[in-house]
Amino acid sequence: MAGEETVGLMNQLDGPLTIGGVDFKTRLIVGTGKYATNQVMVDAIRASGAEMVTVAVRRVDLDRTKEEAILHHLDPGEFFLLANTAGCYTAEDAIRYARLARAAGFNEFVKLEVIGDEATLLPDVQATLEAARTLADEGFKVMAYTNDDLITALRLEDAGCVAVMPLASPIGSGLGVVNPYFIREIKRRLSVPVIVDAGVGTASDACVTMEQGVDGVLMNTALAAADDPVRMAHAMKHAIVAGRLAFLAGRMPSREIAVPSSPTRGMLD
Amino acid sequence: MEATDTISVRLNGKDRMVDAGHTVASLLESLELHPGMVVVELNREILERDHYQDADVSEGDTIELVHFVGGG
Repeated sequence: MAGEETVGLMNQLDGPLTIGGVDFKTRLIVGTGKYATNQVMVDAIRASGAEMVTVAVRRVDLDRTKEEAILHHLDPGEFFLLANTAGCYTAEDAIRYARLARAAGFNEFVKLEVIGDEATLLPDVQATLEAARTLADEGFKVMAYTNDDLITALRLEDAGCVAVMPLASPIGSGLGVVNPYFIREIKRRLSVPVIVDAGVGTASDACVTMEQGVDGVLMNTALAAADDPVRMAHAMKHAIVAGRLAFLAGRMPSREIAVPSSPTRGMLD
Repeated sequence: MEATDTISVRLNGKDRMVDAGHTVASLLESLELHPGMVVVELNREILERDHYQDADVSEGDTIELVHFVGGG
């Protein structure tokens, strides 16, 4: 099968992505929100090849009009669940959501997200740092969503985060990497994995992101809001691999002059 | 028929009347919720699953029942 061949080849060309002591064969992490149907979600996630998938913690709707529990559709034996603290605006709330998520009993990982502004959904980095310190002290494996600021990224690493996740551009914007230099600088300076979280819109964005040398990409809307999420998931899977291998291969220098590819000698008179 | 005693609790942000004498486990059962699928917070404290059977639901309790939903 083509899929297995790809995995086999990737094992020779690239190592696993290790986050908090857990190895992942793919560098794409996907969300589970905003899909038109649960079936499309599951099909898209399978097509993406992602092993780690994010979920949110919410109240059970006691006047249930539909089966909204994600675990009715996603097998926790098949996917590694990464609970998020999406929607939290204070460190205290994020800590509360993280503790609830851990009590569900799957793992110690949490995608920490503390939002500071409703319009841009940009992170409150001060509150994120505060929550990261508390959660890391409590034994959580914190993967922290942050902006593309190097100093915050370094502090999150110091706080004990197992991964730092700068945004490419605002959540759900699909604008791609607005500041590749900052992303590269964060990757250069951190020892923990750097996962770019949010802002990827299409396959080329994912590829360009991976070409910056980061360890992985987390996306949700780019798949869920595509006209054909399953087809886009296939595209993203390949884009992540392409960008990763291009980074590892080391690109040729770019220059603003032409250099012939064929010999200039041996031309006929 | 004997009238059942009811108590008022704050359940997922809404005041609700429930039968008196519930444990958290029996409350979940009455709501048709699988204990393995939800996490319970009782008066702001997370209740471990092993304690659902012996945690009594009392008048005025604040109970949050949460689970995983789709998210990014």
